Amino acid sequence: MRRHRTPLLRLVGLFWSTSVAAEMEYRVDFVLAVLNSGFGLLTTIFGLSLVFGGGPSFAGWSWHQAMVVVGVFTILEGFTRAVLEPNLGQIVRHVQQGTLDFVLLKPVSAQLWLSTRGLSPWGFPDVVLGVGLTLWAALKSGAGAADLALAIVPLAAAVVTLYSLWFVLATTSIWFVKIYNVTQVLRTLVEAGRYPVSVYPFGHRMFFTFIVPVAFLTTVPAETLVGRGSWAWIAASVGLAALLALAARAFFRFALRFYTSASS
Amino acid sequence: MSAASDEVVVHVADLAKHYRVADKQPGVVGTLRHFVRRKHRIIEAVRGVSFDIARGEMVGFLGPNGAGKTTTLKMLTGLVHPTTGEATVSGFVPFRRHADFLRQITLVMGQKQQLVWDLPALDSLRINAAVYDVPKAEAEQRIGALAEMLSITDILTQPVRKLSLGQRMKAELLAALLHRPSVVFLDEPTLGLDVNAQTAVRAFLRDYNERYGATILLTSHYMADITALCERVLLVHDGRLVYDGDLAAMVARVAPHREVEVELEQPLPAEQLAALGEIERVDGCVVRWLVPHGALTRTVAQIMQTLPVRDLRVTDPPIEEIIGRVFAGPAPEARA
Repeated sequence: MRRHRTPLLRLVGLFWSTSVAAEMEYRVDFVLAVLNSGFGLLTTIFGLSLVFGGGPSFAGWSWHQAMVVVGVFTILEGFTRAVLEPNLGQIVRHVQQGTLDFVLLKPVSAQLWLSTRGLSPWGFPDVVLGVGLTLWAALKSGAGAADLALAIVPLAAAVVTLYSLWFVLATTSIWFVKIYNVTQVLRTLVEAGRYPVSVYPFGHRMFFTFIVPVAFLTTVPAETLVGRGSWAWIAASVGLAALLALAARAFFRFALRFYTSASS
Repeated sequence: MSAASDEVVVHVADLAKHYRVADKQPGVVGTLRHFVRRKHRIIEAVRGVSFDIARGEMVGFLGPNGAGKTTTLKMLTGLVHPTTGEATVSGFVPFRRHADFLRQITLVMGQKQQLVWDLPALDSLRINAAVYDVPKAEAEQRIGALAEMLSITDILTQPVRKLSLGQRMKAELLAALLHRPSVVFLDEPTLGLDVNAQTAVRAFLRDYNERYGATILLTSHYMADITALCERVLLVHDGRLVYDGDLAAMVARVAPHREVEVELEQPLPAEQLAALGEIERVDGCVVRWLVPHGALTRTVAQIMQTLPVRDLRVTDPPIEEIIGRVFAGPAPEARA
């Protein structure tokens, strides 16, 4: 007899609908999230205006082009709040409380469960503001439809890269149970992506390109959006994303061998 | 009566698990020394355990805290890699965590919960149904049937956080059994429940075993769980299996006496009482003898004929005491 199989998308849809329903139990949080997103964006734009200091361009970026970077950063910030935090932040708790057992007992990929089980609507305002700002600033910078379409590739690669970095760090909680701060350090480093990497001195640029690939998170997608991207950088961002995704998966499987499950 | 057959479902041979744990002395000096040069030692949580469980059997897994019960359950469910030895469950090697294996088993942990705290249990059940590929109509039918067996039909739409501990445990059982596993591992399923809820959970487990022929391995601190459900017990102590066999046979072997307690009309001299058998305790008019099983009828008749008896009771020593005697004495040979 052929066995019934739940399609993956329906499963993730179910995960997300129940997760949003659980979050919606707390209504005040939504108002706070909207205020937080708006305030965060205003602070970034204010910081950027200080950097530009009234001039038309800085480090080769016009004001509107730099706003595209802010837009992309805000989208990633929203993705972090909506998906990464509620899921990968939970891995530490699963390990501490021993509820990772329940995840490992399910006949679905544990990585899929741990990465998609939750969805926080409090990241949505950031995503909406980010997309709006990105589109507006890209069009103001003279981007065409082809640029917007092409930019989806490095943007998707940025999302995969950010997810993989988070996942690797969250996985280390299997050994070092108290790891809350490590993902916080990553968040702080990613903050550098609010601005194009070219605004930083040479040493920082190298660090944000090759050590913590912040350049691939915001600068490369933004450059593609404003029509100054290069195929080499786009290919590199896709290659990096694929490599990190594979590494994260292998690392998680390796880590599970060391999982001893919190005792009763 | 459990629905056991001859087919071996759980096979465990010489299974062992050793953990490497950090060893730290107390105090500032100990902390500094531990920081600079870490000392580790090996804890042998499970040391070469072997047993088989047949399809449909209900087996009680007993032992003091730290005996290795939970670690064994975790190895059998694939959560923990064994250090040495082998284990198969329904023909699968657990730690490979094959999806077909995971669909056949479940683990219920009394201290941990899988239901989403802020949502009604029904939402979590829908997710479990999807994860285990149970079609919607089938899932609804199963939820209805299990909820009825557990008497929780009307609470499934309330947020889990609003449920009592007993209701929550029943809902957890429903979530764990929705995919109708054929092998059920339960780790302290009645922990913290009141007597009524404990009785209800036991009745449900017996019913589930009979209806679906499920194999059940159960650990519990409440002996009543074991005596009510399991004919066979596995006793582990210090990582080793010290007894595997019939619960009643173990009681007869370790505790070959029954207790006869008598309330007399007036206190009597000790010599007169001692003539009737081994006295365990004398407290005024209340006397308690330890009487071998074979001599019970004769002794009771003698007491009734020769003493001024106001009340008489015959009891077994509490099972906790019997288990305590097993653990205190030299390790009896496994498999009675």
